[in-house]
Amino acid sequence: MDLILDLLSNVIDTAMSIVPIAAFMLFFHYVVLRRELANPAQLAVGFLFILVGLAIFLLGLEKALFPIGRIMVDQLVAVSVADLPEAGSHWTDYYLIFAFAFAIAFGAAIAEPALLAIASRVSELSGGAIHAWGLRVAAALGVAAGVTIGCIRIAAGIPLHWCMAAGYAVIIVQTVFAPRVIVPLAYDSGGVSTSAVTVPVVTALGLALANQVPGRSELQDGFGLLALACVYPVITVLAYAQVTAFLEKRILRRRTENPPQV
Amino acid sequence: MKLFWRMAWGGIRDLSPVVLVILFFQAVVLDRPIADLQVLFEGAVLVVVGLTIFVYGLEIALFPVGDSLAYALASKGSFLWLLAFAFLLGFGTAVAEPALTAVATEAAKTAAAAGSIADSDLARSRYTLGLRLTVAFSVGVALVLGVTRIVLGWSLPKMIIGGYAIVIAFTFFAPSEAVGIAYDSGAVTTSVITVPLVTALGIGLASSLADRNPLTDGFGMIAAILLTPMIFVMLYGTLLAWI
Repeated sequence: MDLILDLLSNVIDTAMSIVPIAAFMLFFHYVVLRRELANPAQLAVGFLFILVGLAIFLLGLEKALFPIGRIMVDQLVAVSVADLPEAGSHWTDYYLIFAFAFAIAFGAAIAEPALLAIASRVSELSGGAIHAWGLRVAAALGVAAGVTIGCIRIAAGIPLHWCMAAGYAVIIVQTVFAPRVIVPLAYDSGGVSTSAVTVPVVTALGLALANQVPGRSELQDGFGLLALACVYPVITVLAYAQVTAFLEKRILRRRTENPPQV
Repeated sequence: MKLFWRMAWGGIRDLSPVVLVILFFQAVVLDRPIADLQVLFEGAVLVVVGLTIFVYGLEIALFPVGDSLAYALASKGSFLWLLAFAFLLGFGTAVAEPALTAVATEAAKTAAAAGSIADSDLARSRYTLGLRLTVAFSVGVALVLGVTRIVLGWSLPKMIIGGYAIVIAFTFFAPSEAVGIAYDSGAVTTSVITVPLVTALGIGLASSLADRNPLTDGFGMIAAILLTPMIFVMLYGTLLAWI
């Protein structure tokens, strides 16, 4: 019974953010453009699916995965801190947290619905040349790298803008060499892979870490993980495209050097 | 129906990494049994079911609507309407975004602790509102820039790299407590609704224009949404510190 009540309140919350957008789009369609919708019944069902699906999805996250994740971060930090000598902890002492951050950020990004939707769209548009699964793994690795770098930054006290600028520098160099088709998509991949699952997971991680590391304040140092989680997927997706292009070229060259016997 | 089952299987595959990570760290690293194994699996089932229904809804409703709206707006030939639509869509989705409200509230606490604003309820709620409007405005601007780029065929790397340069340069002038919030505010606004919607518009617009390719020209708007809030929020923080 509680579950149903929670679900209803989630449906209402989700509706609050979706209904204005849907209404706005309908207004433009009917009033400004004066056009009929192609298939109103299918659209109505689809929007209902979006609403209910999102509500169930968020319920699962809130009821089970987030609380467990939060407890685990606290336990891991406690285990790492317990082994430390009284003063003068070094940032490498938190290696367990870094490993956990990498793994959980990767898992969260793989489960990210926005990334899933965009990856399958891209695969369609490119006629299968870009694999949905490869794209998702590449983007998720980038999120994981960004979050891990962010955690190391918090523990070691490196200024945030250095980590950002370093990421940007790599992106600029890669942009020059990467296949042109992938560049816009790669730039988008950072924002795409940080939404419903990643944002809360990463925020909780940053706050817990900033809370526990001596000399860091939750308010000043807890921010910045998300920003890094948006920068590094650009690098990994560009790298994925570069590696794929390189391999294809090599196969092509082999074929032209030793043409298959007919 | 077959499609639905295939998607449910996809959902299980998508969620298994998170569950495996939790199980591994609990059992091997922390060496503790999981307190609520049942709760973990109930949650996982809910997530998979919800994800499947949600993505299915996107494919049959949001993508087609985005496509047809973009197509209709482009074929109507009114560039101004297109820009107005883009701005309002960006502003509207960001203002209503629950994650942004949550982060803006956190940010107000940070600013009060840093002494940028008075530590009172009124000052904090004004700061929160100001921040939300700033971010919503920047998302609107981002979509206007993105649409203009698709229509006029501007170079995306030049725009984005220019944006990076402005962000880094601004970092040295903006008050430090505004910087962290500014950096994160872009990521917060690219939500699970905004991303598919904006992408559908970009792709729809690029495919309805004669010499644009949906893959190379349709993407890039999300990248703009990540950048403009960083710039405008730092600007907002700087202005507040001056006044």
